[in-house]
Amino acid sequence: MTANPQNKNTPSDSGNLLADGDFLEDIRRQMLRFATLQLSDSSQAEDAVQEALIGALKNAGSFGGRAALKTWMFAILKNKIADILRLKQRTVNISSLAHDEDEEADMSELFDRKGYWQADERPVAWGRPEESLRESQFWIVFEACLDGLPPKQARVFMMREFIELEADEICAAAELTTSNLHVLLHRARLRLRECLENKWYLKGERHDELS
Amino acid sequence: MMNCREATQLMSDAQERELSVTERLSLGMHTVMCKGCHNYQQQMKTLRKITRAYAKGKNEHTEK
Repeated sequence: MTANPQNKNTPSDSGNLLADGDFLEDIRRQMLRFATLQLSDSSQAEDAVQEALIGALKNAGSFGGRAALKTWMFAILKNKIADILRLKQRTVNISSLAHDEDEEADMSELFDRKGYWQADERPVAWGRPEESLRESQFWIVFEACLDGLPPKQARVFMMREFIELEADEICAAAELTTSNLHVLLHRARLRLRECLENKWYLKGERHDELS
Repeated sequence: MMNCREATQLMSDAQERELSVTERLSLGMHTVMCKGCHNYQQQMKTLRKITRAYAKGKNEHTEK
């Protein structure tokens, strides 16, 4: 259980990372997308990302390697977003969350009248799902699928799975009942799963050409 | 018997709360007989792994 404070990477490694414009721009773009979706307010999102980046620059010496630095930057960002969301609870624009009327149409694409899978929508076994995680192309597909979720579903899904907020925190932030939340999460998962299957796993888990 | 739409809702709920014994039993009976939902159940676990990996910045490889 003893954490080893002696990082074998030298401080200059992560210093170099922060001087790497491409790396920073890439991570900034990802953070901004994430924050914007969560906060539905681009200036608040910019601020949160900016603060997380500044925090990272201040402590640059203590991180070895990209993955560690990125993980940590996202951790700071998540905390900031969680704080802002808690503060925002009372000011959430209810009308922006009120209706997702086309949801029923959505479900009838997947299920027949009796609630069984439509023949062409039935989930198929995914080959080696874990191996995809190592492929850069997979993450591009995954991001595209996330972007394809209706905003409300994407928002609660990311609160739950990325920021790992508890259900009651999400319900408060988004003014939802627990059962609303469960329905939204279910639909987000249905759609994401379908998208990944169609865009990735049915294509032999690899498609080098992206048109 | 439970249909697929209900089964998938329960499989999602299972990630949020503990299912009751009755729910688990009827879900188990459904997934034994329904290949699609059986696959779905596996994929829910995968989906969580994917999103957690994504949140932790495992999509490192997007760099050149």
